[in-house]
Amino acid sequence: MSAETKDLVVPSLQAHTGQGLGTGNPADAFVVEPARARTKKTPRRTRTNFEMLAWLFMRLSGVVLVVLVLGHLLINLMLDGGVSKISFAFVAGRWASPFWQIWDLLMLWLAMLHGSNGMRTVINDYAEKDATRLWLKGLLAVATVFTVVLGTLVIFTFDPNI
Amino acid sequence: MPAGTLYRGREGMWSWVAHRVTGVLIFFFLFAHVLDTALVRVSPEAYDSVIATYKMWLVNLMEYGLVAAILFHALNGLRVVAVDFWAKGPKYQKQMLWTVVGIWIVLMGGAFYPVLQHTLRTWFGG
Repeated sequence: MSAETKDLVVPSLQAHTGQGLGTGNPADAFVVEPARARTKKTPRRTRTNFEMLAWLFMRLSGVVLVVLVLGHLLINLMLDGGVSKISFAFVAGRWASPFWQIWDLLMLWLAMLHGSNGMRTVINDYAEKDATRLWLKGLLAVATVFTVVLGTLVIFTFDPNI
Repeated sequence: MPAGTLYRGREGMWSWVAHRVTGVLIFFFLFAHVLDTALVRVSPEAYDSVIATYKMWLVNLMEYGLVAAILFHALNGLRVVAVDFWAKGPKYQKQMLWTVVGIWIVLMGGAFYPVLQHTLRTWFGG
């Protein structure tokens, strides 16, 4: 990096403001401060690899969900009369089989975690105020845990003779 | 349009926008769907009455829209996986998007009668 551009680098607090280098070139509007040099006081691990694991989870769960969800749509919404056939008796018939119980349980957990992590990304992208982000992600977490627990209980405690 | 809202435009950005919009729509439906299914723990009558909503023509049409959103999200998601893990993925991302759109159109044509048959049979008999 030349001495000229080094003087122009803005602090990280200003990096997202679009003020940038003030060169007039739109490409220079967003500048990120170079990483600081590591010292003896720098912790060996400054962060976990949570975001990498989340990225990997989205791809792995996504591929599995393609099979689970498209199979679910085909059976429930298209074959054998489409939505006409859906009723309590139809659900009781499906959940009499452990295969479909596990299918639905896996679909519930993967879809909720996949969707919840996607929403987390969206909130991080658009909610600019720290407090707004915190509240929205808190609400998302509560809603996700509630839905996953409720759905799991429904599958495991289902009683066809209710 | 204010400067900076278009990013780079073209296939890459618009598929990203569509992936995000369909994802959020599917997530909100998933909440509603787990709640309505939970009524099987209340009573057969409670469950069958909420399922009657799914059999109204307007809601049946929205189910076709849901299938449209899920199919696009699924096919484009596989494209994203290919872009990330296949060495030539980034090079062919545009061709893969148009392949996704082509498969999506064919599958949506094929899903038209199966999904909407309840409404179509109610209206036209058969």
